[in-house]
Amino acid sequence: MATKVVDPDRVESLYRRLKKEAEGSGYHLNPDTDFTKLLLMSLLINEERYGYAACPCRLASGRKADDLDIICPCDYRDADLAEYGSCYCALYVSAEIAEGRKQAAPIPERRPPEEKRRKAGATAGGFPPTVLSYPVWRCKVCGYLCARDDPPDTCPICKAKKERFERFL
Amino acid sequence: MSLESKMTHVAGAHKSNLVLYALSTCGWCRKTKALLQDLSADYHYVDVDLLEGAEREAALEAIKKWNPACSFPTLVINGNRCIVGFKGEEIKEAVARGN
Repeated sequence: MATKVVDPDRVESLYRRLKKEAEGSGYHLNPDTDFTKLLLMSLLINEERYGYAACPCRLASGRKADDLDIICPCDYRDADLAEYGSCYCALYVSAEIAEGRKQAAPIPERRPPEEKRRKAGATAGGFPPTVLSYPVWRCKVCGYLCARDDPPDTCPICKAKKERFERFL
Repeated sequence: MSLESKMTHVAGAHKSNLVLYALSTCGWCRKTKALLQDLSADYHYVDVDLLEGAEREAALEAIKKWNPACSFPTLVINGNRCIVGFKGEEIKEAVARGN
């Protein structure tokens, strides 16, 4: 498998698009633009190599069904942002890191090992669920609902801060 | 082709047996390679995402012995311990001590 060279213009335009989308919904890209653009180049390489933008910092299997959880942004980004202030790759970071008040640092891997992922898939519950696998949070400003361990730092819809969320379910 | 034949040797003044399992696309792996180079460490590395078939399997088996989560970068030192992730200070110490 040879590493392809990616057109720098494609990296630039992806950078501009993701930065705009991130900032528009309460997320932040890593302010170290050289580091960030290398990650975006890697995402474009993975998109060509696998047909989907697999996380550059994890080994993709090449089977999309097995890699859905690590297509960027991955299933683990928001939990890692809440706990560590950055995603696994440090492509997405907290406001504190984006504003230069803290440095991005490597974080532990949250993705379960392959054997555990297979087991979790095999024992998925029925519908409707009798037990909620996540609490549901409600933005008191606009009514946005999300099911995750903690509310987001900023409401992606109305930009209200985390403290404006209430536990709904 | 064996896994060893896929390893790239980076020559350096500080000799010890360092084997870095990395991904060609990973930012932390890139930082680890740059640090080892800055420290003038003599090391071998392989980008596991560029391997296929039996070579990739062999690399994953080798990594799992040290790091069951099989995450990157994994740096194996003298075949007796490993550093998982870009832990700059730990890597500096290991290179300086040679173990």
